[in-house]
Amino acid sequence: MFDVEKIRGDFPILSKKVYGNPLVYLDNAATSQKPRQVIDSLVDYYENYNANVHRGVHTLSMEATDRFEEAREKVARFINAESSDLVMWTRNASESLNLIAYSWGEDNVHEGDEILLTPMEHHSNLVPWQELARRKNAVIKFIPMLENGTLNMGEVDDLITERTVLVSAVHMSNALGTINPVRELGEKAHRQGAKILVDGAQSVPHMPTNVQELDCDFLVFSGHKMLGPTGIGALYVKQDILNTMEPFLTGGEMVLEVSYQEASWADLPMRFEAGTPNIADSIGLGSAVDYLNNLGMENVRKHEKDLISYALNRFQEAGLEGMDLFGPDDPEIRGGVFSFNTVDVHPHDMGTFLDRMGIAVRTGHHCAMPLIRSLGVAATVRASFYLYNTEREVDILVDGVTEALRYFRDGSE
Amino acid sequence: MYDLEDLYQEIVMDHNRRPRNFGEIKNPTNSADGFNPLCGDQIKLQLHLKDGLVADVAFSGVGCAISKSSASMMTEELKGKTLDHVENLFGAFRKMITRKPGDSYDADLLGDLEILQGISRYPARIKCATLAWHTLHSAIHDENEVVSTK
Ligand SMILES: Cc1ncc(COP(=O)(O)O)c(C=O)c1O
Repeated sequence: MFDVEKIRGDFPILSKKVYGNPLVYLDNAATSQKPRQVIDSLVDYYENYNANVHRGVHTLSMEATDRFEEAREKVARFINAESSDLVMWTRNASESLNLIAYSWGEDNVHEGDEILLTPMEHHSNLVPWQELARRKNAVIKFIPMLENGTLNMGEVDDLITERTVLVSAVHMSNALGTINPVRELGEKAHRQGAKILVDGAQSVPHMPTNVQELDCDFLVFSGHKMLGPTGIGALYVKQDILNTMEPFLTGGEMVLEVSYQEASWADLPMRFEAGTPNIADSIGLGSAVDYLNNLGMENVRKHEKDLISYALNRFQEAGLEGMDLFGPDDPEIRGGVFSFNTVDVHPHDMGTFLDRMGIAVRTGHHCAMPLIRSLGVAATVRASFYLYNTEREVDILVDGVTEALRYFRDGSE
Repeated sequence: MYDLEDLYQEIVMDHNRRPRNFGEIKNPTNSADGFNPLCGDQIKLQLHLKDGLVADVAFSGVGCAISKSSASMMTEELKGKTLDHVENLFGAFRKMITRKPGDSYDADLLGDLEILQGISRYPARIKCATLAWHTLHSAIHDENEVVSTK
């Protein structure tokens, strides 16, 4: 049963007040709040079985190792990976992307090769490829975007050539909410022998993810956007590709045998995890996955689809003058991201005004500067939903935006 | 109602709606562009300097209410002032905006600019208020690069 009020009770921070108003947290695309269960799992680790993993024969170390690897299995099952050996811990989606750009990119991208991206990539799925392309004299191309914030899929076949080695696309845009047809992109990429990378930073937290069904070669995501702690993220790579990849970082934990002259690598996935890992936060992410599984990701997605439909309708009803909405109208291809701009009121002023009402939104370019510029604006206001948000909170947002427009247009009351 | 008045005072809102010295001047001797990457604010500042005085000044661009009104109020303050005075104003303004609670500032020197003092309590907005001033500094010293308040 998806009972929002009961869910809200699990999140201590949601009872907080901001300037005397109940917190309305609508900045979930930046990071999510954490349920008591996740917070407790961190305390439990530090209080009851804190020890390094994979090294000790003592009881605590073995327990820590078990729980650490159990968390990896949970995450692997959550995305339906073929095996937990294909899931590597990183700090976040950004580190996962850099790992691929170095470990896979250095060996597989050559002069004149092409990397195909979308215009709505987060800087984290853009800058590492720009840097790789610069090192290798490779070329970056972009799939054109339609007016409604979706990809022009009709052009993709022409854009993927025999020189294309990688198609890398955001599954759900953090700036527009657009859900991209990454499976179809993958089919097209594979047909030309290119790889497909899916940036799941916004999709894995909000909808069911199945890497086998998506048939993606790489998937990256961050724990902190899916109820987990900060500082822990993951990377999935298909077995045959992973087998050929050189380590990204080297040192302890990732080696099998070491002499003064050379070393051989440990098995997967530890080959990609040099040094003491982020044990506590991996376990915390495992606990976040338990929480999400209990609710069911289909239900999470449905709840957010209902919320975005509700928000689109409410704002349409309100008929606020000079309000530009970005992103697709169709909730079927849109996540719980509501990006907008208003004539007369700069996003930054809107953000400060809403904050005074207890409403947390993000303002600015959302780490997608080229996209925001291409929309013809300097910045947008973004409200982004998660499983604990309610229609009542959408109402509060509508009222807040309405009042802000009055305040800045007509002067303070 | 939401206690926003210390940030968005009547005068600030008035400058936001009707910015002074907004546009371009005929014969600028100095100019500079400023950019606040955080919120996308952009400002172009033009000066006509003559005999060590600010003879004319104008600004254009897009920005939030704070950055626009701060720029507008700045231009009002500058006309006819010596460059030394302008430099002192910049220092005093910056000190006021970035001060800690309880710190003092030179209210006499700042005059009308004191209206913006409440911004010191909104750390996220300090760069909005100082963008025009940093751009001014760059224009006077002819640093021909885009100022960025990172
Ligand atoms: C679509 C997308 N990709 C990548 C990232 C980067 O995530 P992180 O900052 O956790 O590395 C984000 C975070 O905002 C995102 O929204």
